[in-house]
Amino acid sequence: MAEKTIAAISTPNAVGGISVIRISGPDAIAAADKVFRPVSGKMLQEHKGYTAAYGTVFDGDEPVDDVVATVFRAPKSYTGEDVVEISCHGGLYVTRRVLMALLKNGVLLAGPGEFTKRAFLNGKLSLTEAEAVADLIQAGGEQSLKSARSAMKGSLYHTISSMKDRLLTVSGHIAAFLDYPEEEIDPVESDEIHTVLQDVTGELSGLLSRFDQGKMIREGIETVILGKPNVGKSTLMNLLAGERKSIVTDIPGTTRDVVEGTVMLDGIVLRLADTAGIRETGDVVEQAGVSLALERLETAQLVLAVFDSSSPLSEEDRMLIEKLRDLPVVAVCNKSDLQQQLDIAELRGFFPHLVEISARDHTGVEALSSAVLDLLSLHDAEASSAMLANLRQFSCAQRAFDLLQETLQTLEMGYTLDAIDVALESAISALLELTGERVSDAVVDQVFSHFCVGK
Amino acid sequence: MEYTMNEFDVAVIGAGHAGVEAAVAAAKLGVKTILFTLTLDGIANLPCNPSIGGTAKGHLVREIDALGGVMGIAADANTLQSRMLNLGKGPAVHSLRAQIDRTAYHGWIKRMLEQQSNLWIRQAEITAIETKNGRISAVVTRLGARYPVKTAIIASGTYLNGEIHVGEVSYPGGPDGVAPATGLRESLEQNGIYLRRFKTGTPSRVHRRSIDFSQLEEQPGDPEVVPFSFTTEIPPENKVSCHIAYTNPETHNIIRNNLDRSPIYSGRIHAIGPRYCPSIEDKIVRFSDKDRHQCFVEPMGMDTDEMYLQGLSSSLPEDVQLAFLHSIKGFEHLEIMRNAYAIEYDCCDPLDLRPTLEFRQVKGLFGAGQFNGTSGYEEAAAQGLIAGINAALQVEGKAPFTLDRSTSYIGTLIDDLVTKGCSDPYRMMTSRSEFRLLLRQDNADERLTPMGYKLGLISEERYQLFLKKMEEIRLEKERVMKTSVAPSAELNGLLVSRGTTPLNSGTKLADLIRRPQLGYAELAPFDPERPVLDRAVCEQVEIQLKYEGYIQKQMHEVEELKRLESQKIPADLPYDHIDGLRLEAREKLKRVQPENVGQASRISGVNPADISALLIYLTAQKQKG
Repeated sequence: MAEKTIAAISTPNAVGGISVIRISGPDAIAAADKVFRPVSGKMLQEHKGYTAAYGTVFDGDEPVDDVVATVFRAPKSYTGEDVVEISCHGGLYVTRRVLMALLKNGVLLAGPGEFTKRAFLNGKLSLTEAEAVADLIQAGGEQSLKSARSAMKGSLYHTISSMKDRLLTVSGHIAAFLDYPEEEIDPVESDEIHTVLQDVTGELSGLLSRFDQGKMIREGIETVILGKPNVGKSTLMNLLAGERKSIVTDIPGTTRDVVEGTVMLDGIVLRLADTAGIRETGDVVEQAGVSLALERLETAQLVLAVFDSSSPLSEEDRMLIEKLRDLPVVAVCNKSDLQQQLDIAELRGFFPHLVEISARDHTGVEALSSAVLDLLSLHDAEASSAMLANLRQFSCAQRAFDLLQETLQTLEMGYTLDAIDVALESAISALLELTGERVSDAVVDQVFSHFCVGK
Repeated sequence: MEYTMNEFDVAVIGAGHAGVEAAVAAAKLGVKTILFTLTLDGIANLPCNPSIGGTAKGHLVREIDALGGVMGIAADANTLQSRMLNLGKGPAVHSLRAQIDRTAYHGWIKRMLEQQSNLWIRQAEITAIETKNGRISAVVTRLGARYPVKTAIIASGTYLNGEIHVGEVSYPGGPDGVAPATGLRESLEQNGIYLRRFKTGTPSRVHRRSIDFSQLEEQPGDPEVVPFSFTTEIPPENKVSCHIAYTNPETHNIIRNNLDRSPIYSGRIHAIGPRYCPSIEDKIVRFSDKDRHQCFVEPMGMDTDEMYLQGLSSSLPEDVQLAFLHSIKGFEHLEIMRNAYAIEYDCCDPLDLRPTLEFRQVKGLFGAGQFNGTSGYEEAAAQGLIAGINAALQVEGKAPFTLDRSTSYIGTLIDDLVTKGCSDPYRMMTSRSEFRLLLRQDNADERLTPMGYKLGLISEERYQLFLKKMEEIRLEKERVMKTSVAPSAELNGLLVSRGTTPLNSGTKLADLIRRPQLGYAELAPFDPERPVLDRAVCEQVEIQLKYEGYIQKQMHEVEELKRLESQKIPADLPYDHIDGLRLEAREKLKRVQPENVGQASRISGVNPADISALLIYLTAQKQKG
């Protein structure tokens, strides 16, 4: 069966030791090869079924994670098709980036229950399992309908509609020009197509790159507060949360597990986790808290690293600085109300985003929010601007983007209008998947509503 | 009193373009066929414009010809002027259109029908069908003659309960002064087939001597004419020119001031007219910002001075027609010979049809042409051919013949009709085919002639010629892929002048042909070994190479389609008992009764989750055995 090649995260959507991304379909192995660089240099294409390779997943030129890729060859796989399973480190963020790297290389996001459906259709599951699959797909169908319906509202809808309208105007013009050669229709100029295609491609690319920001704004930013014991992490948390969440005492090691809290900082939601202070400790309970804190780092989108202004950098501070290398960190120098002992300039060398606050006196919160927005480049991301809401929308938009690029290429290479029009229609069709319309009807309607054609 | 006549295998009701193709195909396939027409003088009439082909319609004619149909050969034999439209916009949209001598075309086809073995022609109006056990058993004429039949094809065009509207006047009638057909509607309704009303219109015919041609633009034919048919050896010649006139603000004022006398704007016609074929009053109301509209003056034939005014279809009163025509430059003294009119007629809902064009309600009863909700001679002929073939196959107890969307515009047309239905008369357009880079008018023979041959509609001699052409294409493609070209001043001069990069080192000839800026023909000076080949062969080599990437991409999509189409759906699937179908999808599936999963997936209101539910049900049934 020449099905499309699909991928999805097939482990539960939570932090675990290892996450698995499953790719299934005729191009599964080729697609995996596009993002996976094996240590051995041996492409997955050259691997037999039931074998694994160690290597790195890249998103473009950027390494995402070290992973193990396991190859299954049809029909000996869960779905009965060619399958690659990529096992990566368990963080949600990393797992999602691996999946997105695949979506950027022509793989489609699997629908709910789609792997299981394929398994069943390929005779890999028994009849008794069929009904469960049907229910799953039905539920998924309702869900994606709901999601399409929700996409019909708000600024994303307006953005997509505007793109769609401009593309349909071009496509309708081409269709009228091609189907009614004897009517007085202005010739389609390639500049006209080019401008629209480039505008829309640019906007789509913006939408795609804002996907992570969008997710952050909607779901909140996973934020970890870290620092050696008793620098005032819990005070900071309480300051931000406006309530006493963590137990604040002067005894180092008071916070032993991760305390969750959600705060609004300048319109952006931070999902805060206050953690146990990081230090070498003999206390078993406290030690568990410390390792939990470090684990949190893997999924964190923002780290608030708290230092004590009133004392110079300690060994524990330096240990922490080492651990935070290359992470999205805002250094928070607390206790600015006390005599300054900390070498701020040195610390700024490690962390360019640095603010001085006094959690006790409630000063410096504005500087902190500004630093956070700076760091995450969220300054220009107003809550009202269009955002892709989920991976399904991302997948559609990515496909539309790829197909528009192909259309641009066709145009730039000097191909005739018929080829350009067909390429453009597939791009519109991918975009319309976001709103559930059909392209051929849309183009025909466009022709008859905008052009005076016919004998 | 009824009396029984001879029995026939296939009865074709109506001898327009659908009826003619149906009758000839059935007769050629060896079954005893009778063709009924209201008048022998109306056989293959062109009641609207005297032309055949055009965008997507030219594709249909080529496809009809490739399958062994009539229209292409008949058009070539009666061409007045020919043009290939859309040159320069890409091979997928090149479209052949010919002006046709109307009475000569009718005479030519009538003579051909008379000479066709297995075919009987009868002037008679069929007013009833008879059925037995859900199957057609006989057709009955107005005079009471009862013809027992195994199958019947209704191709009644716009004649069934036709009603003509001109201004405030309406009366029963068919095109060109022929009385309408009546009676059949009741008979069909008794068998569960309910008809609808559609509407169309035509402009006036005027006298040549009353036109001041010096005021009009001339539109000559192509210097080199390409025929429709594979079998036409000597291409037709251009014998006439067309001319272009333009309406003006005064014309528009006259029309606007008299809209209250239009049967459509005053609300007397309720039937749905074609969107693509608006009347001049429609154009002026809907596109009020346009200050002029075109009118093509087309000759009706060599033996007549009647001229057709394409673009000025109208149902305004005769005096208003005359007034607005006189306001047009060059038409100041225009003499109308036949006035413009709108016509309402009965047609079926094509959702009642299978892809063979057989009604689901009555076995052996088929529909074709305008009766199925389409418009246009070419659309009609295409359906007639398919209905005729399937009626004959059914008589012989053979498997039905259907074309999927990836094979042809014919397949696309029929799939659109039986899957999506139509809410206004359906016209074929190139943009209706998602596979249009594959479905070109230049390769209709490659796509369909092997099927026509297998059916028995293509002669052995023609098939051998076809195979020879295919072989020549293959060999020449192979040759240009092997042949190297060295860079030279002349070659690089050509490349630069075409705006493409000059060569530094040798390259394959095929790679030069692949460049969009270059043509096969102009590379001849750099290809000394080039054999002498037919124009059609060179054309294929060039297109296949140049569009290879796009063709392959579409072939990939075709595979996806075939995968879904190969999963058949049994006729009596209990949609009410399939888990996971949404209510809307359930209702739509019950209405359309798709033959396979591919067709089901194209029904609007059936979404991918519904298709999954359907697939799971079908697979589960298979597992149960």
